[in-house]
Amino acid sequence: MSNKIFAVVTLTVAIALAAVTQLIPNDYFFTAAYTVLLFVILATAWNILGGYTGYVNFGSAAFFAIGAYTTVFFYNAFKAPLPVGIVAGTLVAGLAGLGLGYLTLRLRGVFFAIASLALAVVLYIFVVNWDYVGGARGAYVIQPREIPFGLPRYIHLIYAVQLVMAAFALVVARAIEKSTLGRGLAAIRDDELAAECSGVPTLKLKIFSTMASCALMGMAGTTFPYYLSYIEPSSAFSLSYAVNSIAMPLIGGMMSWMGPLIGAVLLGSVQQLVQVTVSSAWNLLIVGVLLVLFVTLAPNGIMGWVDAWRRRKGR
Amino acid sequence: MEVSWALLANAVIAGLLLGGFYAAMSVGISISFGMLDVVNIAHPAFIILGSYIAYIVNDRFGFDPIVVSLVVSPLFFLLGAALYRVYYYCFERRGQESLRGLAFFFGILFITEVALVLVFGVDYRMVSTRYGDVTWRAGEVDFPMRLVVPFLVSMVMVIGVQLFLTRTFFGRAVLAVAQDQLALRLMGVNPVRVKELAFALSIATAGVAGSFLIVIQPVQPAIGREFIGLVFAVCVLGGMGSILGTLLGAFVLGLAESFTSTFFGPSWAPAVSFGLLLATLAFRPSGLLGR
Repeated sequence: MSNKIFAVVTLTVAIALAAVTQLIPNDYFFTAAYTVLLFVILATAWNILGGYTGYVNFGSAAFFAIGAYTTVFFYNAFKAPLPVGIVAGTLVAGLAGLGLGYLTLRLRGVFFAIASLALAVVLYIFVVNWDYVGGARGAYVIQPREIPFGLPRYIHLIYAVQLVMAAFALVVARAIEKSTLGRGLAAIRDDELAAECSGVPTLKLKIFSTMASCALMGMAGTTFPYYLSYIEPSSAFSLSYAVNSIAMPLIGGMMSWMGPLIGAVLLGSVQQLVQVTVSSAWNLLIVGVLLVLFVTLAPNGIMGWVDAWRRRKGR
Repeated sequence: MEVSWALLANAVIAGLLLGGFYAAMSVGISISFGMLDVVNIAHPAFIILGSYIAYIVNDRFGFDPIVVSLVVSPLFFLLGAALYRVYYYCFERRGQESLRGLAFFFGILFITEVALVLVFGVDYRMVSTRYGDVTWRAGEVDFPMRLVVPFLVSMVMVIGVQLFLTRTFFGRAVLAVAQDQLALRLMGVNPVRVKELAFALSIATAGVAGSFLIVIQPVQPAIGREFIGLVFAVCVLGGMGSILGTLLGAFVLGLAESFTSTFFGPSWAPAVSFGLLLATLAFRPSGLLGR
């Protein structure tokens, strides 16, 4: 399937799904689905750098928060509407990714990983001390009174936007995966030295994939301030975003765009269930345990099982 | 702001005392990350675990937390050995340490933190010691005992590790692993065994450093994360795999943090280590005493 057809199909399905699900009478559905979709975007974005290129980003929460706080900033400064926040947040997060990548991607991969973790803490402290976007107290973002398309509540709109953005993230991830660029990234992942020797412009490709990945993570965060119409640093920078965006691709499978999608939908839904029925601390513990179990026992994730099953059938 | 000498001297002393404690926290990372090339980002989780064990025993029986941590350090040693076994068989042997190994340690870090939250909640815990509220005064300079005692024990521990690595046969084997594993095999030494013991040692130092932490400040499970940047910053700043470099890096960081919190306010202090780490990585990745 060519990229254009895939894009058209995915976006159409997403819009149709967003329209049809509006009929669901249960309000909780939208809250839960919004969170799961948020994880779909984060996991897909993480996988562009982590799965395709082999570089671990522990700073997902930082880029997510950059997206969220850019929205807050534009809201405070210009009362900017949501679309402005989405575009600006995506760009700013992409630029932050570019800067981080430019500084640390020349070194061994582990330094990038540690620096991404460091960035999350530095930004957290920066936001806590920055009163204009609410500081430690947090900031309120008022949901607009008029909701387009005649939707009953604002969460319905946010959910639909998030669904379309998730589809967009999948389209981008698949396009990168299937392109020559994606092959270059895979070469870096498998053997960076050999790739460099064969003429793959490794640094450029790494910086590009970092930028794309971080921009998409920022995009996931742009709608977040509107979700509860309140945002505070410790929820925006929550470690659970970092853990989930690593765990989901690892559990789903990192080699294709489908892995993070499967991982995010499964793990995200399980977490929503556990959060409602047991408690949120337990649901984090489950994510951590699943991450460790999968990474030690099933390193190729669910898609790895599917591939093995296909191969056996084909023989 | 008027800068008085007393303020300056106090900032220097506090920075040096803090630096000694940072050296104790980072010496394990210097071994595991600097020498063995095992990127153990779960190191701070074991520090926090050490704090909680010291807290429980102190709370129940009133024993001194530092003594407790020295007594239970063999347990941390065994835990470290077991952890390295898993790491080796699942990742290092298959050549998957760069991505999956990192994710594994991240998972361990997260599980430890959440498990501690589930058992103890998110309240800050502290210990009571005889020297906790005592402060020596020399002129206008304060020497709070809750910093001095951990500082002294830290120094003994770090220098002990350095002597162990340079003076004993086994310690030299660890240094050899850091340089050339193949050569070590040719000498008839099993590098995996050496790495296992060295990694176990690094976890044991984390457990002891945990007791220093809870003597110095109240502890809750989530603060471990803030130390990830700190321990790696010290290790990278000092130069990979150099214990003396780690000591130097720890003092630099301690002073930088102490000055930041004195002159700009304590809320900025945690950003110092990460800023220093990013700057080191960007401008001098081999560190102060790097090879």
